[in-house]
Amino acid sequence: MAQAQDAAARKLPGSLDTNRRLDRWLRINADGTVTVTPGKVEIGQGILTALVQMVAEELDIAVSRIRLVPATTAISPDEGITSGSRSIQESGLALRHAAAEARDLLLARAAQRLGVTLESLTVADGVVSARGGGSATYWELASPDLLARDASFDVMSKLPAEHVVVGTSLARVDIPGKVTGQPSYVQDMVLPGMLHGRITRPPGPQAQLQRLDAQEVEQMPGVVAVVRDGSFLGVVAAREEQAIRAERRLARIAQWTPGPDLPANDPRHLRTLAAETEVISEKGDPATAGARQFGAEYTKPYLAHASLAPSCAIAHWEGSKDRGKVRIWTHSQGIFPLRGDIAQVLDMPEADIVITHAEGAGCYGHNAADDVTLDAVLLARAVPGKPVRVQWMREDEFAWEPFSSPMVIRLSAALDDRGHIVNWGHELWSHAHSTRPGGRGGVNLLAAWHLEKPLPAAKPGNPPLPGGGSHRNAIPLYDFPNQKVTNHLIRQSPLRTSAMRALGGHANAFAIECFMDELAAAAGADPVEFRLRHLKDARARAVIEKAAGMAKWQPGEKGNGERGRGVGFARYKNLAAYFAVIAEVNIAEDVRVTRMWAAVDVGQAINPDGVINQIEGGMIQTVSWTLKERVDFDRHGVTTRTWDDYPILSFVEAPEVEVALINRPDAPPVGAGEGTQGPVSAAIGNAIYNALGARLRDMPFTRDRIVAALST
Amino acid sequence: MALTLQVNGQTREVQADAETPLLYALRNDLGLVGTRYGCGLGQCGACTVIIDGKPVQSCDITVAAVAGKKIITVEALGTVQALHPLQRAFIAEQAAQCGYCASGILMAAKALLDVNPDPSDADIRNALDGNLCRCGTHGRVLRAIKSAAAEMRRG
Repeated sequence: MAQAQDAAARKLPGSLDTNRRLDRWLRINADGTVTVTPGKVEIGQGILTALVQMVAEELDIAVSRIRLVPATTAISPDEGITSGSRSIQESGLALRHAAAEARDLLLARAAQRLGVTLESLTVADGVVSARGGGSATYWELASPDLLARDASFDVMSKLPAEHVVVGTSLARVDIPGKVTGQPSYVQDMVLPGMLHGRITRPPGPQAQLQRLDAQEVEQMPGVVAVVRDGSFLGVVAAREEQAIRAERRLARIAQWTPGPDLPANDPRHLRTLAAETEVISEKGDPATAGARQFGAEYTKPYLAHASLAPSCAIAHWEGSKDRGKVRIWTHSQGIFPLRGDIAQVLDMPEADIVITHAEGAGCYGHNAADDVTLDAVLLARAVPGKPVRVQWMREDEFAWEPFSSPMVIRLSAALDDRGHIVNWGHELWSHAHSTRPGGRGGVNLLAAWHLEKPLPAAKPGNPPLPGGGSHRNAIPLYDFPNQKVTNHLIRQSPLRTSAMRALGGHANAFAIECFMDELAAAAGADPVEFRLRHLKDARARAVIEKAAGMAKWQPGEKGNGERGRGVGFARYKNLAAYFAVIAEVNIAEDVRVTRMWAAVDVGQAINPDGVINQIEGGMIQTVSWTLKERVDFDRHGVTTRTWDDYPILSFVEAPEVEVALINRPDAPPVGAGEGTQGPVSAAIGNAIYNALGARLRDMPFTRDRIVAALST
Repeated sequence: MALTLQVNGQTREVQADAETPLLYALRNDLGLVGTRYGCGLGQCGACTVIIDGKPVQSCDITVAAVAGKKIITVEALGTVQALHPLQRAFIAEQAAQCGYCASGILMAAKALLDVNPDPSDADIRNALDGNLCRCGTHGRVLRAIKSAAAEMRRG
């Protein structure tokens, strides 16, 4: 009894704790392969390659023996959502432990068969050899029941010093197929008899379908069905271009009742809305006054994920419309939460819905992957027995994906006469950063809200601290004697908002790091030294010093009216990757980021080049956010519809990027997908100040804003 | 209606409306899914193929307009067993994250190297001005193309 209580109180690593059966994670096969079934999914971040490395390492097998199975609700462990740079911690550590235990079980069988002690055994690529002679392979030793058990505690995985596969830059397993044009994405799947669907969306978020005479569309070439349910409107056709043409006709003839007007597109509109206010950090005496007081306000606009591929899904309804089962292929980041939401919409048991992941393009957060999945299901239900593939058009993706929330951040600080910060205040206003499927008390899927009998959305919210949502990275990592951090959450938003890379951490770290620069200037201090002055954390100091060294940063260096450099730093969520960057800008017609030098510490790097690739990508994408990006809307709806409306950084504009990895094999591994965003935006703002002496506090840093800042 | 296309050195027949964008004929009729839809407006380059030696965005050109012309898609560039130097360089540089933009970039790069075997950095950047990458692999892609060009010059 005492033991049982003990086991219940103890935790297994990562997602193994909630999915304890070992054979949910891996199987040792008689044919010399190992099947691995993670619940996390590939979204272009290279996670599957890192997981292969961690399993190969613990089992002492060649990586080529591993067969990855795409995540499916049929057999995979439920690992929730692939997000927040948590896949190494959650899936990786679970698989590391499961593989280590599998190795222990195989070695116990080998010892018994060979009549030797465990200590006399060694393993090389699945061949177990006894010191005094005799051997057996995993493939002979394994049987289907080997892993039909719960994971045990007290399994020893290898020490970092023993690693030979982990810590190497194994080439990504998926890149050869992707550069040779092989079917790689859900967009490329073809099922027998597959039809094509498209959706006609309302002109604005709350508009309602008033009148539609679909007859002329039903008679168009190839059209199989026009599907209408309330304000949800779609079409199924034999060929893809026929579905597109029919959808365009539907869009022209449908008549809509407009919804209420949208407000002006200004982040400061947030300050006028009713908010839930919470003090999330208070230290010392927030009323402390220093010799000099400072304040500044920073903003960011609505941003789009803008995945290169518009979202796509395939659904295959079997049985009658009223009593059927459905099989689904999707690039959703969370197949289990999505299944729960779809089950609510269809009012059917989850067991009758099987969702399998297939890759899409990089998503960078909650884009339309989940929404298009319900679209495909609703169209497939209208044509039972025929798989239906729905891909949103580019215009749909821009207009209807959930956006990253606008934010306003108001900072205040007091400096003493030695140039130290003695008081710090941070207030932020934001909509929610998490409205993914799986929310409580509602359904977070676009089409569900447009049905004749609509299902309400779950209450928009934030992941809790310490990770946080809008308040992610709002609590400074710097050591200030007095501070107060206040989060104003405005749950209702004119446009839907949800998770995008770094969530509120982007704008919070951006504001903190720009303000640190402003205070350094006021204190007459070098911005690098000023940060170190307020920072005890040794790993934080190490990335800043490394980045400054790479850039050959000169204390007190000044720009020349055209060129300038700036620094930015953060520890993602205050508990994950450390990252520091120096950015160089060149300002002529527009601002151009020309070079960046960065240092990152993710603890133990499972795949160093994979980490660097993620960091480089995060940095370049953030340059694009910072200089160019903003979702536009008028009072009726979103007006950003094409890449012309939402230009992103081009190959001509891309900066040179140099990233140094500070590998700490003895520290726990953390993710690398996020954490660059706030520091890079800040480093650009600080570089512009360094070049021009003008401070930009509202993103994006466009030509117009530079001109305005220079003229004040 | 039946249209005849010259794709990857083969004569292929497509049963499609003359106004059908080439992209859908390639993907859905000929099974060449390496050419990908990104915007349908010729703004992102994910659907780039080579037509009579020039990079062309296949999403906004009709099948009727390319009948009789020589079309090359990423599938003809090389295979995993016999990689083209560009593909080999993309793997060596790990020049992808999601990889959705890769086919179009590879075709734009091939079209460049076919006419300019020793491009400058600016030549390569300009040749990719019609191709978007959202993951931020720009630096790796530029390095890969440069090293592939060098390898091809060595022969």
